[in-house]
Amino acid sequence: MSPPLLEIEDLHASAGGEEILHGIDLVVRAGEVHAVMGPNGSGKSTLAGVLAGKPSVEVTRGKVSYLGRNLLELAPEERAREGIFLAFQYPVEIPGVSNMYFLKAALNAGRKHRGQEELDAIDFLALVREKMKLMQIDDKMMNRSINEGFSGGEKKRNEVLQMTVLEPRLAILDETDSGLDIDALRIVSDGVNALRSPARAMIVITHYQRLLDYIVPDFVHVLAGGRILKSGGKELALELEEKGYAWIEGGAGR
Amino acid sequence: MAGSAETLEHLANREYEWGFVTDIEADQAPPGLNEDIIRLISTKKNEPAWLLEWRLRAYRRWLEMPEPDWSTVQHLPIDYQNIVYYSAPKQGKQPKSLDEVDPELLRTYEKLGIPLLEQKRLAGVAVDAVFDSVSVATTFKHELEKHGILFSSFSEAVQKHPDLVRRYLGSVVPYSDNKHACLNSAVFTDGSFVYVPKGVRCPMELSTYFRINAENTGQFERTLIIADEQSYVSYLEGCTAPKRDENQLHAAVVELVALDDAEIKYSTVQNWYPGDAEGRGGIYNFVTKRGKCLGKRSKISWTQVETGSAITWKYPSCILQGDDSIGEFYSVALTANRQQADTGTKMIHLGKRTRSTIVSKGISAGRGVNAYRGLVKIGPRADGARNYSQCDSLLLGDKCAAHTFPYLEVKNPTATVEHEATTSRIGEDQLFFCQQRGISPEDAVSMIVNGFCKQVLRKLPMEFAVEAQKLLGLSLEGSVG
Repeated sequence: MSPPLLEIEDLHASAGGEEILHGIDLVVRAGEVHAVMGPNGSGKSTLAGVLAGKPSVEVTRGKVSYLGRNLLELAPEERAREGIFLAFQYPVEIPGVSNMYFLKAALNAGRKHRGQEELDAIDFLALVREKMKLMQIDDKMMNRSINEGFSGGEKKRNEVLQMTVLEPRLAILDETDSGLDIDALRIVSDGVNALRSPARAMIVITHYQRLLDYIVPDFVHVLAGGRILKSGGKELALELEEKGYAWIEGGAGR
Repeated sequence: MAGSAETLEHLANREYEWGFVTDIEADQAPPGLNEDIIRLISTKKNEPAWLLEWRLRAYRRWLEMPEPDWSTVQHLPIDYQNIVYYSAPKQGKQPKSLDEVDPELLRTYEKLGIPLLEQKRLAGVAVDAVFDSVSVATTFKHELEKHGILFSSFSEAVQKHPDLVRRYLGSVVPYSDNKHACLNSAVFTDGSFVYVPKGVRCPMELSTYFRINAENTGQFERTLIIADEQSYVSYLEGCTAPKRDENQLHAAVVELVALDDAEIKYSTVQNWYPGDAEGRGGIYNFVTKRGKCLGKRSKISWTQVETGSAITWKYPSCILQGDDSIGEFYSVALTANRQQADTGTKMIHLGKRTRSTIVSKGISAGRGVNAYRGLVKIGPRADGARNYSQCDSLLLGDKCAAHTFPYLEVKNPTATVEHEATTSRIGEDQLFFCQQRGISPEDAVSMIVNGFCKQVLRKLPMEFAVEAQKLLGLSLEGSVG
């Protein structure tokens, strides 16, 4: 078994002055895809926020190590440059900053950090064109301001495009499937699946089993009330779909 | 939130890079304002009697006028008797060419990024360099003369083209317009003069670089640009001053005149010393800028990026007199630390089917206060006039302020006037999004601010757009696409 990429121990975290996560333990190894499922308000996005270093989320107890380092000591941009990527549930709009320019700046920030040469406009275009095709994003969309006036589906495709260009070591997808129609879901899933590799891990946060038909996980965790109540293989997702979250919450007797 | 709070702090406390002092001997008038000082200035410039008379009339009027008190800016009363109204670097005799200009002055401009010497000049930009009260050099003059374009210091124009000066001086901004314009009319010392003849499209950008150097001096320059029928000119101005603990007064007047089918594009990157973090020192920038679209189908476009000065008080305006004439105003004003800006425009629609566009972007950081003040006036004969105004404010941090004061006077029922205004704060969400993609908070703030100003920055000539982006604390290096 490969050494853990990410190790979460007894994680407690709060947001808005209220404790949301009440002790999470999770180990993610390279090559694995973990699905985190759970009802609304269970703490899924808070968990993603902790890993990415969202300023409004406060860790009150526990440890998170990433590649053997204390992840919680790193600034959000350092985590990103070290290979952590969060596909946002609600990607923000930044008026006046082109999508293309932003993505180039992001890629080069990471390359610089790793001691690689920064890509110039021509090399960058060559690289991004290929991924744009995969995500069915055209030049026009790349030259628009980041997410400004994008439809819900376009925003999510744009998130996955950024992910495929930045090639993270640990990708966290926060409800990337929400608000997608079946075609967009397929495009997004293709993008994600293209990134699957033995060197890379993913945490796929979702509400519905539907996404997991396309991105097949190795492990499924059920998060409810700020705790992981049950973990299992991909069949757990199907069972959940059939029986609903009440089954777990009731069964766990809390 | 530590990361972004620090970034905002950093941006609000950016260092002023142009704060050095040139050590040069100056020929100065004693401090104080009276008729003798005005006579002294007029004599030094060897002016005709009518101009001295005009100055004195302005001075007498100034004595009676109250200080304008309607804006949001606040400052202690200005001690006009403590200001030096004339200060010129000692150069012996008037230099005939650039080779005779004091090397110390040339070094100063080089340090400011404005090389004046032939071999180092910016390609395609003619520069008039104004140092305290006088113009020290004007480049590409002869090149421009081949096209019949007059580009010189104001003082030289008074000597060589007195008729043109006399005809248009005060025709757009009367000396009695306001207290600051009145003071300028009494004591103005230099500035730039441009005349573009009929049918000529000026082949290069014309620019003036204003530098305040001497202590306790005020700078009172006057710019007059006349675009004859079917001509076109693009003019830029930039300015800096040393760091000092005392406030210095800069009260300029700019007049533009566009005749039939002429177009004037006037761009400013204003970077006067803004004062320190506690609000000590800095320039009081009290400027009256106005253009008159006198001719039919003429166009005047103002673009300004205001990042400097302790106080900015200016309203570049357009009088749209000719039928079908067009006025534009694109502005970015950034106030950090304790800077105050009250800026905007007036669009006075007199002619038929006249059109105007106003785009104002105010950015407030630190304890900065930023006000947009704009008047759109549609006269009774301006059938079919149209105006579009957009005023956006961006706040960085929670100790700054933004105000919007749009005034509207419509006296013609066929006019169309639209106004949009927004206020936003650089969101924690936007910063976090950028950081999550590996971008440092400093770069993220730059990127967001720059994006916010893009609509205005793209109106600037290339050379200036780059400068302006840098000034806004930005590091946009070669954007893609």
